[in-house]
Amino acid sequence: MAHHSISRRTLLAGTAVLGGSALSGRGALAAGPMTVGVIYVGPKDDYGYNQAHAKGAAALKGLPGIEVVEEENVRETTDVQKTMESMINMDGASLILPTSFGYFDPHVLIEAKKNPKVQFRHCGGLWTEANPKNAGSYFGYIAQGQYLNGIVAAHATKSKRLGFVAAKPIPQVLNNINGFLMGARSVDPAITCQVIFTGEWSLAVKEAEATNALIDGGADVITCHVDSPKVTVETAARRGAFVCGYHADQSALAKDKYLTGAEWDWAPIYKGFVTGMQAGKAPPNFLRGGLADGFVKMSAYGPAVSEAARKNADAVKAEMMKGGFAIIRGPLKDNKGNEIAAAGKGLPENAPELESTGYLVEGVRGSA
Amino acid sequence: MSGLDLPGDLGLWSVLLAVIGGAIRVSTPFLFVSLGETITERSGRINLGLEGTLVFGAMSAYATAVLTGSAWAGVAVAGLAGGLFGLLHGWICRLPRVNDVALGIALMLFGSGLAFLFGKAFIQPSAPQLPAIPFGSWSDLAQVRAALQINVLFLIGAALSVFLWWALRNTRIGLVVRIVGDSTDAARAMGYDVDRVRLLATGAGGVLAGIGGAYLSLYYPGSWNEGISSGQGLMAVALVVFARWNPLACFGAALLFGGAGALGPALQSVGVSQGYYLFYAAPYVLTLGVLIATSSPNHALAGAPGELGHAK
Repeated sequence: MAHHSISRRTLLAGTAVLGGSALSGRGALAAGPMTVGVIYVGPKDDYGYNQAHAKGAAALKGLPGIEVVEEENVRETTDVQKTMESMINMDGASLILPTSFGYFDPHVLIEAKKNPKVQFRHCGGLWTEANPKNAGSYFGYIAQGQYLNGIVAAHATKSKRLGFVAAKPIPQVLNNINGFLMGARSVDPAITCQVIFTGEWSLAVKEAEATNALIDGGADVITCHVDSPKVTVETAARRGAFVCGYHADQSALAKDKYLTGAEWDWAPIYKGFVTGMQAGKAPPNFLRGGLADGFVKMSAYGPAVSEAARKNADAVKAEMMKGGFAIIRGPLKDNKGNEIAAAGKGLPENAPELESTGYLVEGVRGSA
Repeated sequence: MSGLDLPGDLGLWSVLLAVIGGAIRVSTPFLFVSLGETITERSGRINLGLEGTLVFGAMSAYATAVLTGSAWAGVAVAGLAGGLFGLLHGWICRLPRVNDVALGIALMLFGSGLAFLFGKAFIQPSAPQLPAIPFGSWSDLAQVRAALQINVLFLIGAALSVFLWWALRNTRIGLVVRIVGDSTDAARAMGYDVDRVRLLATGAGGVLAGIGGAYLSLYYPGSWNEGISSGQGLMAVALVVFARWNPLACFGAALLFGGAGALGPALQSVGVSQGYYLFYAAPYVLTLGVLIATSSPNHALAGAPGELGHAK
């Protein structure tokens, strides 16, 4: 699909050079069906972050009056500005969804200022009132999914050691690590979790090495937060460890070693954006949600998940669906001994503090 | 935090074991690419395009294995494709006023780009993997068994480095390659076709780099995606200088780089988690250190082929 749109774009650029009139007719055409531009930082079938977004975009393709243009492997540099401009000027896109964290500042902000009639909604960024009104950000509380992963992992582990392959120590990643262990400790407080940071979002060999090191260190359930969990999931399953997925459903890669997974579900969010715009309403500038809001969902349980584990996780999930579930609950210390939350205090999923987490909870081996 | 409370009751031994295991697991692509590049550079040409060859090798091996169900067919196709890339480099280099370094960079981008294009359809499916021999089955320790799970390609690479070391010194073909690499004038005077020798040497280098790519996608990490190599092909070309164009030293250098790469994750797994970015830089620091220690203002690099890097 992506190749398609690029070649069409190049073709249009060519016609534009031949006769300027080709471009002037564009505005009238754009008034017809609505075009949505989706931009990915990696390949859209990476079994991970980009695939989750691509599935959301695919859900738009069937809707009446909607055309989707996509581009993959767009770097977080001025490249993404060029891609956005070409989607706006050549394809007539009126909604742009740049999905990678590094696209927001300054690239989305610059283009939003330049194109006030186009709506930009960015995944993961922190939109504030000072930013352009036609820009915005959306993200999900996926740490809830990692908490449920942790519960299922706790029922499956024999060594009481879990393993986490992490990319970089940024708040979203730290929240996921904390969520995973807090979920496991809600079942058995003796469980620990070893984390290994690879330092990059996508480094296949290092991810495989990290997975091996975790398993050599005694971990028997592995999860991760990297762009494409494929290498981690396959390596862990080959070594005989259980796997909890992330970003998308990886059950096909780990077969019976796959317990469950925390997945994004962008389809309803994206559908909401475009149906709103078709009715003349701009999408919200700041949108967050979790399990209860349909941003996050869980993979189906694998065959190795016991009846007790299913019941336990389903009960907590029902609790989360009510909203306000606090993963970080006092009394709680971080793994350096500092107090995070006093007894009786808790941080619900939408607590603003969680957007700037800088600690790992007690029981996580590793440092942020 | 207690810092060093160690898992598996192996203590710091587990770090050593992980580094050895990592050296064996990670080194094979380094080894094949650097052996291939040694042959090419010994004939007096530099092929920087091997990074692209490695990536294309990884893709073509994976795709072939998915389509045919045979991992070894994948290795064969990767070697063949790599050889074609090498021959292309060698063939274009014989044209007048072509710079081998610039061409290598062009072929690096070409190889990766082509691999991304054809590889799209093969990111999702799973391919059969190359077999490994469990040399550690005598041990009760899971860590030892895992570290000594050795892939056949690693053994082939090790044998190949000994063979190439011997062949470059003791065979007629080895001698011809070295003469062409050291002095084109001497080679021409002796009646050898310099361009043809270099064409074949670059082709052979490409075959090995392609096989190195097959190891990446069919054994470790054992999957195809666009970031699979993360620059290993380029590092392997640098390894050749580090190893002084000696195939035996290539083997040692590849092991060293593989092991150094495993150090970061292994140390984090025993609780040494501060400054992991520094541990990840270990291979590069190592290279710098050795290059500085062995450098001399008075003479050229020992073992460097005389014709290497000469502008036409």
